[in-house]
Amino acid sequence: MNPDDDEGHGRSGVSRRGFLGGSVAAAAAPLLVTAVDATPAEAAEGDGLVAVRARINGRTVTTRVDPRATLLDTLRERLELCGTKKGCDRGQCGACTVHVDGRRVLSCLTLAVTANGAEVTTIEGLADGDELHPMQQAFIDHDGLQCGFCTPGQIMSAVAMVHEGHAGSGEEIRERMSGNICRCSAYPFIVDAIRDAQKVMGR
Amino acid sequence: MKPYDYTQVRSVRQAIRHAGEGTAYLAGGTTLVDLMKLDVMTPARVVDINRLPLRGITFDRDGLHVGALERMSDVAADRTVRRHYPMIAEALELSASAQLRNMASIGGNLLQRTRCGYFRDVATACNKREPGSGCSALTGVNRIHAILGTSDACVATHASDLAVALVALGTDVHVASARGTRTVPLDTFYTLPGTTPHVENVLRPGELITGISVPSSKWAAHSTYLKIRDRQSYEFALASAAVALELHRGTIKQARVAVGGVGTKPWRLTTVERALAGRPATAETFESAVGNAADGARPLAHNAFKPALLRRTLIRALTVLQERR
Repeated sequence: MNPDDDEGHGRSGVSRRGFLGGSVAAAAAPLLVTAVDATPAEAAEGDGLVAVRARINGRTVTTRVDPRATLLDTLRERLELCGTKKGCDRGQCGACTVHVDGRRVLSCLTLAVTANGAEVTTIEGLADGDELHPMQQAFIDHDGLQCGFCTPGQIMSAVAMVHEGHAGSGEEIRERMSGNICRCSAYPFIVDAIRDAQKVMGR
Repeated sequence: MKPYDYTQVRSVRQAIRHAGEGTAYLAGGTTLVDLMKLDVMTPARVVDINRLPLRGITFDRDGLHVGALERMSDVAADRTVRRHYPMIAEALELSASAQLRNMASIGGNLLQRTRCGYFRDVATACNKREPGSGCSALTGVNRIHAILGTSDACVATHASDLAVALVALGTDVHVASARGTRTVPLDTFYTLPGTTPHVENVLRPGELITGISVPSSKWAAHSTYLKIRDRQSYEFALASAAVALELHRGTIKQARVAVGGVGTKPWRLTTVERALAGRPATAETFESAVGNAADGARPLAHNAFKPALLRRTLIRALTVLQERR
């Protein structure tokens, strides 16, 4: 909680969490932050915590974490970025997919300390102001979801896959998206959404 | 997760100095973090090696050299690897998921634990996790388990697809420790479970994999990796085959063959290689050459299908390769 916000308070989000949690976030401020310079994580300090500084959705965030904390828990529990979902927490479902330095990874198997100095993008960082990312819009247009729990992970994974240049066919999309499980089985519409978004993203 | 001391290091020397008994090196974390969460692995110290300069994919007269911290996805996408060692790229792309391939390092892939569901479940007996506690898989659900190289103590399968391809190609593993550096052939790097399934390789405490070298050869460029599994993607192999052939006018001059999903370690099949050498590359040759592929297999209650599946997997891989020519 309480990121050391170098750039003010970002954009007003479209997220439900941001809307509901605004006053809570303001009230809960003084938990952890000491202004830490850009010194990289080397080892735990006396209290067992390790300083981590990362750019998350374009904002520089400095915090101190238990070396056991995952990036997923740190995003959700400390930084109030709850768009990233905790599904299996075992690296099997893909719901926690985020981008670290532009690569899609599983935040549940990423220790927060290893994100020091990294550029992290979560689902909250994908839209441009009020304008949804083409992939988000395509998931809505194609009903690429039912319960929606896997959706942030699906979208983060899909955006990265398009950037990787491997969304050429339905078959390729299915193979390269196999790390994202959808228990509602919205897969056909997810594939449609990705094929559609890819055309817009390619422009 | 049990508490541990966390240290990030910036040189191999520093890493080695921090390491020893009870130390785990952290690279991609896809195995280690998972198993630490389950309390299956409980290192007292975690040494983060991600900033070490163990990078680079180079190709020269001796062959292919890959730094231990190169990520699976980057090696799979490398043009040289795809062109000169297609079975390596194929094995990597058939492994895990895109996210895990972005995270997992080559060194970490080789060191992923030989494991089964019982190993991951601390409520059950497992000689690998807790030496002497017994093997739940022997009498439990053992459909996906190994049939080759097993013992009464452990029947878990080695899960790495990459390692199967690398064993077929005669890869060397480079390791560093306070005593200096040494090179170990990957085939002898892994050990059989025997009565000590908690020991999976010849690494000594604190030793660090720095890279691998895959020799150049006349067969590596003509190679493939075939993986058979219950799901089409994101699943471990029930059986897999890494096959490389040097062909000359329809005759097999030399062959390299290893199989996965069936052994307690990546399983090189030199008997099949010898049976293929000097013979015409035909369906009849493939059929007869794989006849003894599963010799010595010890099927369990639920995986008696594996010897036949293994032979058919080999035949199909050989056929695919022959037709690709």
